[in-house]
Amino acid sequence: MSNLIWLIPAFPLLGFLILFLFGMNLQKTIIAIIGAGSICLSAIITLLIGFNFLSNPPENHVITQTLWTWFEIGNFKPQISFLLDPLSLVFIFVITFIGALIHIYSAGFMADDKDYSRFFASMNLFVFSMLMLVLADNLLLLYLGWEGVGLCSYLLIGFWYENPQNGYAARKAFIMTRVGDTAMAIALFLIFYQFGTLLIPEILNNAQQIFQSGDQKITLIAFLLLAGGIGKSAQIPLQNWLPDAMAGPSPVSALIHAATMVTAGVYLIARMHVLFELAPLAQMTVAIIGAATLLIAGFSAFTQYDIKRVLAYSTISQIGYMFLALGLGAWTAAIFHFMIHAFFKALLFLAAGAIIESLHHEHNMFKMGGLKNKMPVIFWTFLIASGSLAALPLVSSGFYSKDLILWYAWSADKGNPPLYFVALLGAFLTAAYTCRMMLVTFWGDSKTEISHMPGKLMTIPLLVLAFFSLFAGFIELPHNFGHLTLFSDFLNPVLPETVLGNESKPEWIFQLFAAVATFAGIYLSYLLYYQNKKIISRFKQSAIANGVYQLWFSGWGFDSLYNAVFVKPFTYLSHINKNDFIDKIYSGISGFTVKLYRSLSYTQNGSIRWYALGILVGAIIILTLQIVL
Amino acid sequence: MILIWLIGILMFGGLLAWLIGRWNRAFPRWISLYTVSAGFLAVISFWIDHYPFAFRSNNWLEQFHTEWIPIFGISFHLAIDGLSLLMLSLTFFLGILAVLTSWTDVKYQVGFYHFNLLWILAGICGVFMAMDLFLFYFFWEIMLIPMYFLIGIWGSENRVYAAYKFFIFTQASGLIMFLAILGLYFIHGQNNGSYTFNYFELIGTYIPAKIQTILMFGFMIAFVVKLPIVPFHSWLPDAHSEAPTAGSLILAGLLLKTGAYGILRFVIPLFPMAAKEYGPLFMLLGVVGIIYGAVLAYSQSDLKRLVAYTSVSHMGFVMLGIFAFNTLAFQGVIMQLLTHAVSTGALFILAGMIKERIHTRNLDQMGGLWTKMPRMGAMAMIFAMASLGLPGLGNFIAEFLILLGAFKANIWLTVVATLGLIFSAVYSLRIMKRVFLGSKINHQKIKDLNWREMTIMGSLAILIIWLGFFPQVIFKTAEVSINKLQYYLSVKKMDKTPQTSSLKTKHETISIKKKPIKNVRK
Amino acid sequence: MNLPVSAETIMLFAAVILVLGIIGVIIRKNIIFMLLSVEIMLNAAGLAFIVAGAKWAQPDGQIMFIFILAMAAAEVSIGLALILQVYHQHKSLNINNLREMNG
Repeated sequence: MSNLIWLIPAFPLLGFLILFLFGMNLQKTIIAIIGAGSICLSAIITLLIGFNFLSNPPENHVITQTLWTWFEIGNFKPQISFLLDPLSLVFIFVITFIGALIHIYSAGFMADDKDYSRFFASMNLFVFSMLMLVLADNLLLLYLGWEGVGLCSYLLIGFWYENPQNGYAARKAFIMTRVGDTAMAIALFLIFYQFGTLLIPEILNNAQQIFQSGDQKITLIAFLLLAGGIGKSAQIPLQNWLPDAMAGPSPVSALIHAATMVTAGVYLIARMHVLFELAPLAQMTVAIIGAATLLIAGFSAFTQYDIKRVLAYSTISQIGYMFLALGLGAWTAAIFHFMIHAFFKALLFLAAGAIIESLHHEHNMFKMGGLKNKMPVIFWTFLIASGSLAALPLVSSGFYSKDLILWYAWSADKGNPPLYFVALLGAFLTAAYTCRMMLVTFWGDSKTEISHMPGKLMTIPLLVLAFFSLFAGFIELPHNFGHLTLFSDFLNPVLPETVLGNESKPEWIFQLFAAVATFAGIYLSYLLYYQNKKIISRFKQSAIANGVYQLWFSGWGFDSLYNAVFVKPFTYLSHINKNDFIDKIYSGISGFTVKLYRSLSYTQNGSIRWYALGILVGAIIILTLQIVL
Repeated sequence: MILIWLIGILMFGGLLAWLIGRWNRAFPRWISLYTVSAGFLAVISFWIDHYPFAFRSNNWLEQFHTEWIPIFGISFHLAIDGLSLLMLSLTFFLGILAVLTSWTDVKYQVGFYHFNLLWILAGICGVFMAMDLFLFYFFWEIMLIPMYFLIGIWGSENRVYAAYKFFIFTQASGLIMFLAILGLYFIHGQNNGSYTFNYFELIGTYIPAKIQTILMFGFMIAFVVKLPIVPFHSWLPDAHSEAPTAGSLILAGLLLKTGAYGILRFVIPLFPMAAKEYGPLFMLLGVVGIIYGAVLAYSQSDLKRLVAYTSVSHMGFVMLGIFAFNTLAFQGVIMQLLTHAVSTGALFILAGMIKERIHTRNLDQMGGLWTKMPRMGAMAMIFAMASLGLPGLGNFIAEFLILLGAFKANIWLTVVATLGLIFSAVYSLRIMKRVFLGSKINHQKIKDLNWREMTIMGSLAILIIWLGFFPQVIFKTAEVSINKLQYYLSVKKMDKTPQTSSLKTKHETISIKKKPIKNVRK
Repeated sequence: MNLPVSAETIMLFAAVILVLGIIGVIIRKNIIFMLLSVEIMLNAAGLAFIVAGAKWAQPDGQIMFIFILAMAAAEVSIGLALILQVYHQHKSLNINNLREMNG
């Protein structure tokens, strides 16, 4: 069974190749069957391997499979080989399973698009790259997947390329993540020279022998890896590409920019957790970045009116929670939240996509309204996912995953009260913007006509995802009731258990606080957007409130900051030197030569008398010199 | 014997094409296609025959040696090792593509055009094989003059200016190299009593450090101009943008590579001490080239100029890698030579195809071409990604290895060079954005790629992907050449102790194991 | 060897003739006169050779004079032929009009 691992990425690759080479000549149904079918096959194989893995775990909980040696120069020998352990199993499960659902959904969603085959080809390529990323057993292969998903993200954000705005958004996403990737490349160089290898298991095993905790080099490596993760996972300060990335079709947002690719940073840090544990400074930075991001994105989400941008900021904020958990050393909690988040956020995006599709591509949720009764399936699934996002106590899986992080923020060894309160505030904000989104979209009066209802291809994936959004959380229950730790037990062979701090408070207090935060957030939105809408209009009249609103709305002005600091100077420098000043030096030389010969050619005036005089003068000068000297 | 055949067949084919071109326009194309294909098959079959065993021994794979002007110690001496073989395969491969791209592109003086094309290739082959410095210089000039005609006769509007500029830059720098060659010749003669241009004998010459530096710079100037490295790059954008498509392809794919080849083959073995001493300077120049080329590429509005500046940027990586002096970087450099030839060559071909269709190279008049030409768009995407170094394509392996190797030699320069990866993303995506994405500008009746063009682009695409996933063949082929370089570097390092400085006394030259010239087939 | 006149006097005389020739070349407008002036300069040089040869009783001076003589003959014949052609072409021998060959 285990030697089938290669098939998991092979199917999407095959699907991509078929669609890339022959897609233009195929019928839409066949394209859909190839495109979605390849991912479904991968998902089935993943499930088979997963069951096998669970029923009789292999030695050390690791299966490796080597396909071929990529290249070999001296002692640098990266291979195309896969490493399957519980961590990558969770990721490939999410990627293939949610990927398959999203592909099925896309078959309906994109049905009218003329570039049907291009869409599925890119999606399949994405799934392939993402699988390479999480299955890679060495960092170079991981980097291949890492950049590959960046490419696919670029292709799919700019999928509707005829609108220049989409092209810009795609380019922005690619370049901003490339900044992080570059840092990561440098990290790879450092790792190679420190460890003599890029093989992940060897790095993790040897790290503690080579480095002491807090060593400068390991801290540097961890920081650079973190920079890579920040770029991909849209954390501060490289977060502002993600809202623009919503230019892509909704399934793309669901798969790439919510469920999988943007969590690659989480994967990377979790995968290299040993290095981060050896670099406490870097790990603390991870936590701080996560906390800052979740807060900042939360505020921004509260002010958006484009439903997909709300979700985008919410994604940034939720990944902030994952980073916070990673920074706290709560590795399994981060991965747990990743999985739950993948379910409900994919569902939210897909449902939002269905709404947008039905309302003539209307993105503004203030122009939606009153969809509660008109689109019941969408409403209920959206409600379930929103509940999970808002971490509705007890009934939603989001509660279990987020509560874990909140609890660790206080009681983990690396946790502290400020982090906890930031996370709590984040939970409040999450509930607030989620409730706002629900109220504005589904309640109130209908403002846009519904053109058509989503078909079965689209609703079935929604229902499946809704099921998981509700119940997936129950595999990991808090310590005080149930105390079920299936998920973390599964991951513990790879990821160490979280070290708890000394002082421990009863867990129910934190749960109570979390619940209160959630309900307070919901109540706030209920107050502002349902009960008494005048408060907002009153707010808008005050200049300060308006300024704050604008600041939040523009994502804290990161765009304009980067524009002013990086983009403008770069384009300015580039454009003033468009004609290459070095070339001017050479044309200066040739110009000087031309001038020189022009001026000399004046003496060649054709008059014999002049020449004779010249000879005479020359002779006299020579004679004089002869005599004088 | 195969070596002389490779050059001979090209020269003969060129003459034949010229003669027949007087009567018929179509024949020269077929003649050159057959000629170059024959050469390609010969090289590839030679490669397959010798792979992988011959590449493990230290012997040269094949030699050809005969006297030419014995009185001056000039011989007609060709030899190839793994490095040369890779370059030769590349030459013939791109040669085929060059003939194919000019199939409809060239409309007048077809015979003379193909004469020039084949003679350039012949010159390049000679450069990659010559083991006699005089012969090397001879071929160095041979590839220059037909290129001058190629740009000057079949180029676009500003062709004469570009041709002159190209000629003067390369000729002037070539002459300086010739002076350096003569200097080396006389020093060797005075040291050993035998005056010879033979590479293998010159390698062993002891040269005092100061003179070594001067001679090295004499060689370097020619190679650096050819490569090109900032600040000697300014002929390149003009030559590239004005040359016909095949001309740009050969310029980018092959002529630039002769510079890098020259450094690897001559500068390092002949002047290892000086090269080591000035290594950091050249690395710095490489890094400046990477960043400068990339920044300039971003602002260009002429598609071919843009691609030309990306070449400057990519060649900076080559420079950086060579002077890092370690195996990883050397392998990366050789890979970069191949992959840059493929990816940039492909971009030039694409620019040519676009120009053939919409009659402009100006980016402002393009946009939305994907709608009408999805196949071309997909191809362009592959090569834009190659040029920004996407993993899975050959360029990534090359750039990664170069940076990895250079990191060992100089951390800070490498970090700056790594920033080049961001800039390369910036300009590559700009190409895609300006040409293919966006709303369509109304161009009537433009057709997507036809079968001939698909063959060209497809073969390039397959090659670049193949290089990305199975680069080991290349590394194995080049391994021995690189070991030799490392050997020269290490040997001279040990003998760095100053010897008696007078030139006229006979020195004990550093004893390099002279490779016994085996297999001399005449 | 005794000369009726001192060598210095004749040298001075030759120099005067040479200067006259130079002045002629520079100030005359007509090419024929310029040619004549050149001839005068040649003769001055020849005279100087003869005197020098006589002074040191060496034959070289006379050899050189014969050489100059032969050369002057050749030069005059070619020069005159050229002048004839110039006149055919331009219908003028004025040097001020004949300055087409400028840079």
